[in-house]
Amino acid sequence: MFVAQLAFTLSVCAFLIVPVVLSMLAGLTENYLVGLRSGLTLRWLGAVWAGYRDTIFLSIAIALACLGCTLALGVPAAYGLAKCRPRLARVLEELLVMPVAVPGLATALALIITYGGYGRFRTSWTFILVGHVLFTLPFMVRSVLAVLLAIDLNTLEEGAASLGASFWQRFLHVVLPNCRAGVLAGALMVVTLSIGEFNMTWLLHTPLTKTLPVGLADAYASLRLEIASAYTLLFFVIIVPLLLAMQRLSRPRSAARHRKAE
Amino acid sequence: MTRIPDLAKPVAIALTRCGKTFADGTRALEPLDLAIDAGETIVVLGPSGCGKTTTLRIIAGLETPDAGGAVLFDGQDVTPLPIEKRNIGMVFQSYALFPNMNVANNVGYGLKVRRHAKPEIASRVAEMLALMRIETLAERHIDQLSGGQRQRVALARALAVRPRALLLDEPLTALDARLRDALRLEIDQLLRRLGITAIYVTHDQAEAMALGDRIVVMEHGRVAQVGRPRDIYHRPATRFVAEFVGTMNRLKGRVSGGAFVSAGGAIPWPGAPPQAREVAFRPEDARVADGPGHLNGTIAAAFFLGDRTRLFVDVGEERPLIVEASARSAFRHGQAIGLEVDARGLMAL
Repeated sequence: MFVAQLAFTLSVCAFLIVPVVLSMLAGLTENYLVGLRSGLTLRWLGAVWAGYRDTIFLSIAIALACLGCTLALGVPAAYGLAKCRPRLARVLEELLVMPVAVPGLATALALIITYGGYGRFRTSWTFILVGHVLFTLPFMVRSVLAVLLAIDLNTLEEGAASLGASFWQRFLHVVLPNCRAGVLAGALMVVTLSIGEFNMTWLLHTPLTKTLPVGLADAYASLRLEIASAYTLLFFVIIVPLLLAMQRLSRPRSAARHRKAE
Repeated sequence: MTRIPDLAKPVAIALTRCGKTFADGTRALEPLDLAIDAGETIVVLGPSGCGKTTTLRIIAGLETPDAGGAVLFDGQDVTPLPIEKRNIGMVFQSYALFPNMNVANNVGYGLKVRRHAKPEIASRVAEMLALMRIETLAERHIDQLSGGQRQRVALARALAVRPRALLLDEPLTALDARLRDALRLEIDQLLRRLGITAIYVTHDQAEAMALGDRIVVMEHGRVAQVGRPRDIYHRPATRFVAEFVGTMNRLKGRVSGGAFVSAGGAIPWPGAPPQAREVAFRPEDARVADGPGHLNGTIAAAFFLGDRTRLFVDVGEERPLIVEASARSAFRHGQAIGLEVDARGLMAL
C-alpha cells in the first residue's frame, strides 16, 4: 500500500516537474532536435536578452505598479468592508469578484471599446496596468479582508482608541501590522498574476508595449523552440526568487504562532 | 509592596438622561441618570442584554447617547468627545491586547501616542509591570501569555496613561473560576490602593458584592436599584433584584394572627404587613429545626458541599426552598424536615 502511494505521489511530482525541467534544458541545448548530445549553450539566453529584454522590464514595472495600485486601493477597501455590517460586507465582497468572473477577453474588449479612442492612453503601458489592476484587485481585497475578519478588529481599535490613539495612529500601529500576513499574501498573488497575465494583455498590448508573456507567445509562434525555451527559463529566473522572497517575508508571524502551539 | 504609582486626580462622573437606541431601532438603554463620586468603585450588574455594557460604552465614549443625554466628567460636558480624547483607561472582556507588540510595547502604547520621551515611557512601563508583578513578561509576545497574565497586562496598559477613571467590561469572565477568585482579590486591592474612579461591569453578583462601593443593578435597559452591596442584598427594591442578587426563597400565603400562613406552615411574624400575599427570605434566615418547625416538608435534594449541605425542601410551593444545614448531619431524599425562619429576614413582595 505504502509503495503504491509513494509511486502515485512520485508520478504526480514527475508529471509536474518533468516538463519544467525539459523546457529549461531545451533553452540551454545547442540543438533541440539533436538533443543534449549537441552540447549546452547560453547562446539562446543571449538572443532572448537582446531581443526581448524590454518586455521583461515592462512586465516587472507593470507588476510593481499594479502592486502599488492594489495596495493603495485594496487595503482601504478591505478595511472599509471589515468595518461595515457583515451582510453588506459579504454582498460587496462578492461584487468585487465580478472582474475575475468575467473572462479576461471580455474585460479587455470592454476596455478597448470604451477607452480605445484615447490614443495616448491606448498606446501607453498604463492601459495594460488598468487591466491588470481590475483583474488582481479582488485578490488583494479578499486576502486582506480574510485576515481582518479573523482578528477582532473592532476591539483592537477600541483598545487603541482608549489609550488615546487617533484614527491614523490606530490604522498605522494596530490595523496594518495585524493584517500584514494578508497584505503579503495578497501582494504575492498580485505580482505573480500580473507578471503571468496573458489573456487580457494579449488584447491590450501594442507592438511597443509587449509584456513578458506576450513576448513569449511571439517567440513560440515565430522563433526557434530553443529561444522560446530560453525565454521561459528567464521567466522562471524572475518569478521563482520573487515567490521565495515573499514567502520568506510572511514567515515570522506563522513562526510566532507555531511557538504558541508548543 | 511597591509604592503607589502616580495617577491623574480621580474624576466624578455623571450621566444625565443617557438613553441609547441603536440604528436598527433596538432600545438598549432607557434614559438613565447616574452620579459616580470621584474615587468610587461602581459595579454595574445585570443579566446579558440589560444595557450594562452600553452604559459603560457611553461613559467611555465608544457610544454616543441619544439626543438629550449628557456625560459629565467633574461637571464638564464630555458627550461630544470620542474615547481617545477622554483620558480614561479601559479593560476589555477580550483584553484587546495588540498581537503585533510585546508586553512592554502594549503597556507603553498609550504614552507613545501621547509622544512622551522614550526614557520616560520605559520607566513608566517598568513601574506598571512592577505594580502588576509581571516584570518578567516584558519581552513576551501576547500569544505567549496565559489568560491571567493577559488580564494583568491589560490593567497595566490601561493604568499607564494616568487615566482619570478606569472602566472594566467583564474583565474576569474569560477566566476559569479559581483564577477569577484570585484576580478579583487583586483588582479589589488595586482599586482601593489607587483610589481611582472605577466602573466595573459584570453579570456575576458575587463579583459585584465583593468589589463595589455601590452596585447599580440593571434590568431591561433600566436601573432597578442603586445602593451599597448590603442594601442591595438585604433590602432589594424589586423582585428582580431580590432574585438576581444572591439566593431567594419565596412563599405564597397570607398574614393571619401575627403569622404568615402558607401551604407548608405558619411563620410567626410580629408586625407583619397585613396585605402581604407573598414573602421572600434568604437561605441563611432559615435553619433546620430539631423536630417539627414553622414550615414542614420533605427533602427534594441534598447537595453535600464540603463545609455545609445545601437542602432543597419541598413545602408545597412552586419551587423548593433552599436552606443550608451543617455538613455533619446526613440527609436523605424524601425525609420529613421542619424549618424555622427568622422573621427579621422576611420581605413582603
